[in-house]
Amino acid sequence: MLYPAATLVFLALIAVVIVLGFTAARWNAGNMEHIEEWGLGGRRFGTWVSWFLIGGDAYTAYTFIAIPALMFGAGAVGFFAMPYTVLIYPILYVVFPKLWKVAHKYGYITGPEFVRGRYGNKHLALAIGLTGIFATMPYIALQLIGMQTVIGALGIPGHGPLILAFAVLAAFTYTSGLRAPAMIAIVKDLLIYLTVIVAVIVIPAELGGFGVIFAKIAPAKLLLAAPPAGSAGAYSGYATLALGSAMALFLYPHTTTGILSASGPQVIRRNAVLLPAYSIMLGLLALVGYMAVAAGVKDMPQYAAGFKQYGTSFAVPALVLQSFPGWFAGVAFGAIAIGALVPAAIMAIASANIFTRDIYSQFVRGSVASGEAKVAKRFSLVMVAGALVFILVIPTTYAVQLQLLGGMWIIQTFPAIVFSVFTRFFNGWALLAGWAVGIVSATWLVALNHFAGSIWAFHVLGFTLPSYIALATVVLNALVAAVLSLPLNAFASDRAGDETRAEDYI
Amino acid sequence: MIKILLLLVFVLVLAVPFYNHAAPVLFGFPFFYWYQIAMVPVASLLIYIVYRVEHGGEK
Repeated sequence: MLYPAATLVFLALIAVVIVLGFTAARWNAGNMEHIEEWGLGGRRFGTWVSWFLIGGDAYTAYTFIAIPALMFGAGAVGFFAMPYTVLIYPILYVVFPKLWKVAHKYGYITGPEFVRGRYGNKHLALAIGLTGIFATMPYIALQLIGMQTVIGALGIPGHGPLILAFAVLAAFTYTSGLRAPAMIAIVKDLLIYLTVIVAVIVIPAELGGFGVIFAKIAPAKLLLAAPPAGSAGAYSGYATLALGSAMALFLYPHTTTGILSASGPQVIRRNAVLLPAYSIMLGLLALVGYMAVAAGVKDMPQYAAGFKQYGTSFAVPALVLQSFPGWFAGVAFGAIAIGALVPAAIMAIASANIFTRDIYSQFVRGSVASGEAKVAKRFSLVMVAGALVFILVIPTTYAVQLQLLGGMWIIQTFPAIVFSVFTRFFNGWALLAGWAVGIVSATWLVALNHFAGSIWAFHVLGFTLPSYIALATVVLNALVAAVLSLPLNAFASDRAGDETRAEDYI
Repeated sequence: MIKILLLLVFVLVLAVPFYNHAAPVLFGFPFFYWYQIAMVPVASLLIYIVYRVEHGGEK
């Protein structure tokens, strides 16, 4: 073993989590034959459990690796994670308590299900549901990559450990449903907070303070480049990246599931106040990327192989190995690996809920109420296995590119889900048309960027306005939906298909 | 109307030209960094005020 102390602590933490995952089924036990119990934890998580669950769900291991890696490689632009993870909370506060109430009243467990109830249009719901599943698959794969990076950093070779980890993930997700990641999230988050707090105290002390760290960052990377004349330059790129990412976050199936599993709207509102604690932690973690620059890990021969294999994603693991005693490196790596398991489990469960409620029961077999949980459990295995195959067969760069695309796709569900909480102005078919225009235009622009960049420089009246593609295309999507809704409402109204009532939204 | 505070959150964190500066430095952090980190508790406080006014009495 390359790092015996770190490896032993790491393995011990993973073992604890496995035990927790399997015993979670008995926590506040419900009837696991019901999909609301398996796939939504019975909608009874209170403020603190929801805090851990949504925090563990939204701030994933991939984030912990990718954001510092972006700071390490590209500098200031990586800090968009700050405005991004602030803006998600006003959105959470305004939109999701209403969605929760409607979902609770009508027994919806997914976002697409709400849309189907609202418009009586199962095809629109199918489009929303498939968008969620396709956006989630590469996201699960990236969690695996985050995990693989730390396993690789410990010097454990081969794919064996990863396959084993995901077999375990699939097994406890199958038996315990959403209760497993909810319980594990508590352990994960405590470990992450511990690691980050220790890191921001210990590492700057070793390096000579934050002033020294920032002084070692190239001036061109320390701030955003000032825009040239006639262009909003990096400023609009940064702001739209933050805003678009924030609009998209809670539309992902796994985050919607995390929110709908709360025990009531007040739990969600309180969490809009309390969850930003995670954003502080993420901001400090982002700066670990700069600490890695200042520590000079990139030029140390012992980490050359790691950087060669994992690129800038290796910055955090290398710095952890460099700065901490072995046993604490084990804690940090354990935190990251467990941080991969929590969202990956919720992603599999959320996708399974969508498959069961919005695809299988609507298009394959009629009512499956009695066997719903069985269908969902099996589909969760498909999701985990699919993600694993994804990692083993497809190069990492494709997974990253697909995740980038996934973000562009998932935001296209914003008009159908978010607007529908506030208004019934739109027509279901118009929303479907807007969604299609959004998906195609976003994919096309990302393809023109060779799947590598998420910003496109739009030229408006002689002015250059670089924008996050997802944000620009969802505006187009909403415009198409609004314009088409006018004639459709006049001549082919689908208002009668709405099974919800105006008073549900007060 | 108190919801206007939520709009203020968007203004504060999206005003990129306002905070894209190195000075003033605080505890070694350039303005760009400490301002954006500081906005997290500010946003949390603003949301808390809205929550208290709108739903403070509910269970």
